[in-house]
Amino acid sequence: MTPAAQLIDATKRYGNVEALKGVSLNIELGEVVAMLGPNGAGKTTSISLLLGLRKPTSGKALLFGLDPDNLDARSRVGVMLQESGIPAVLKVREIVDLFRSYYAKPMARDRAIAMAGLEEKAEALVKELSGGQRQRLYFALAVCGDPEVLFLDEPTVGMDVEGRRSFIERIAEFARMGRTVVLTTHYLEEADQLARRVIVIDRGLVIADASPKEIKSRVAGKRVRFTAAGLTDADLEGLPVTTSTISDHTVQLLTNQPEAVLSELFRRGIQVSDLEVSGADLEDAFISLTSHRATS
Amino acid sequence: MAARRAPVGPMLARQTWAEFLKLWRVPAFSITSLVLPVMFYAFIGIGQASEEVSPHVTFGAYFLASMAVYGVANVMIFSFGISVATERGMKMDVLMRATPLPPYVYLLSKCITAIVFAALTLAVLFPFAYLAGGVRLDPSAWVTLATRVLLGSLPFIALGFAIGYLSGPNSAVAVINLIYLPTAFASGLFFPKQLLPDFIQRISPYLPLHFFGQLGWDAIGAPTSESVSTDWFYLAGYGVAFFVVALWAYRREESRKFS
Repeated sequence: MTPAAQLIDATKRYGNVEALKGVSLNIELGEVVAMLGPNGAGKTTSISLLLGLRKPTSGKALLFGLDPDNLDARSRVGVMLQESGIPAVLKVREIVDLFRSYYAKPMARDRAIAMAGLEEKAEALVKELSGGQRQRLYFALAVCGDPEVLFLDEPTVGMDVEGRRSFIERIAEFARMGRTVVLTTHYLEEADQLARRVIVIDRGLVIADASPKEIKSRVAGKRVRFTAAGLTDADLEGLPVTTSTISDHTVQLLTNQPEAVLSELFRRGIQVSDLEVSGADLEDAFISLTSHRATS
Repeated sequence: MAARRAPVGPMLARQTWAEFLKLWRVPAFSITSLVLPVMFYAFIGIGQASEEVSPHVTFGAYFLASMAVYGVANVMIFSFGISVATERGMKMDVLMRATPLPPYVYLLSKCITAIVFAALTLAVLFPFAYLAGGVRLDPSAWVTLATRVLLGSLPFIALGFAIGYLSGPNSAVAVINLIYLPTAFASGLFFPKQLLPDFIQRISPYLPLHFFGQLGWDAIGAPTSESVSTDWFYLAGYGVAFFVVALWAYRREESRKFS
């Protein structure tokens, strides 16, 4: 079966900046995929290539096996982009109807508005919406065509914790309808909650492509966190850790041998308080993956 | 596969309705484009409406043709120029591009909206000239004036489009006013060309609004310096030139934003 979306050894250069350095990935129908990475890693560029908003410098981008500019391909896709505007003087209901008209078999208007939780704002003008409501309207516009694939570029950026949580639930609801969802995020918990597959992108390259669980297991199993005054990197030299970060007085170590790390710390006479040893989460995995590359 | 695309008809209807509402709900555009020509007509036209400017042609009728040309070209340039510039500024074009909306439907809907607005301008101006200015024309002359003015405004759509792609969202209004108002004056739409400075009088016969004005004045029976077909010929030439510039500006934008 043709993959829903494909990058084949795609590179993208903006002037002197190489945003993508040869990325290949296949996204199959029905998958829920999170593209994860720090700002500037190449997530938005990857999505832009898949949507035909940008052309690859070399390599290929395909949507349903077609050029992403092809309207047959685009008709099967719903999109939520960062920083895109919509007319301020249209009502929510009007703009949802407008976007529905772009698709052959759209959802009922009220259903699209309900999926975004905007029932009470259907008659409001776009300019009267709050930032979070506007973000949800973009979601309504992305799903109103009842697309097979939903692309969401940093959908929860700028939302508070509660807003993010309920928004993730809305995306999950759409995914449960058996649809393909591709989202970029730098919120790791979002990827963990939603996706069955995580693609980690850093500096224009895919550095990991696996389930959240595998990614977590691939790196150090335990996180050691403690507080110590005046500690420098030199004090941690030679410890059996994969990564170490010191911010203010908080030290965080990722390791597969927490016992050895602790006994070495005590042997060196480092005054440790607020000691905490726990299983690494996706965020740790992510830090570990990206900082590996930074030092190698 | 074909059934996956939405039918173009309903899409065009929705898009046009949305474009219309976008302009209608911005009073800075809708009020000024509907009211300004009438207001100028009230200030300048009514006082001397019954005076003859040439045999059997009253100033009331002459100035009606002037304001019809002014008002319609105004709508064409402003509606296109400002809406395109604003939407580029808001990056609305990026989202639209990611949807299955064909670009030609988007452009066509803007053209239809501009023409509808222009027709509304005439629907306000004509009765006003009839009632307040006492303008009496043959029914055929009203129809000729309206059709010529609407058809002759098409080159100005291309001009507005070009300005919309060449200027920024904040500068579009200023650019349009700087270009449009002086050429409207220089083309004799507000007062006779004989009163203009000498060098402007020499440029005047080559301006697009000059040819457009001639088409309007001829429609109400006033004498003009060239034949109607000459006016159409030059106006069409300007139309092609504006269109080429617009297309170039559009392509330039495409290659910057979407390559």
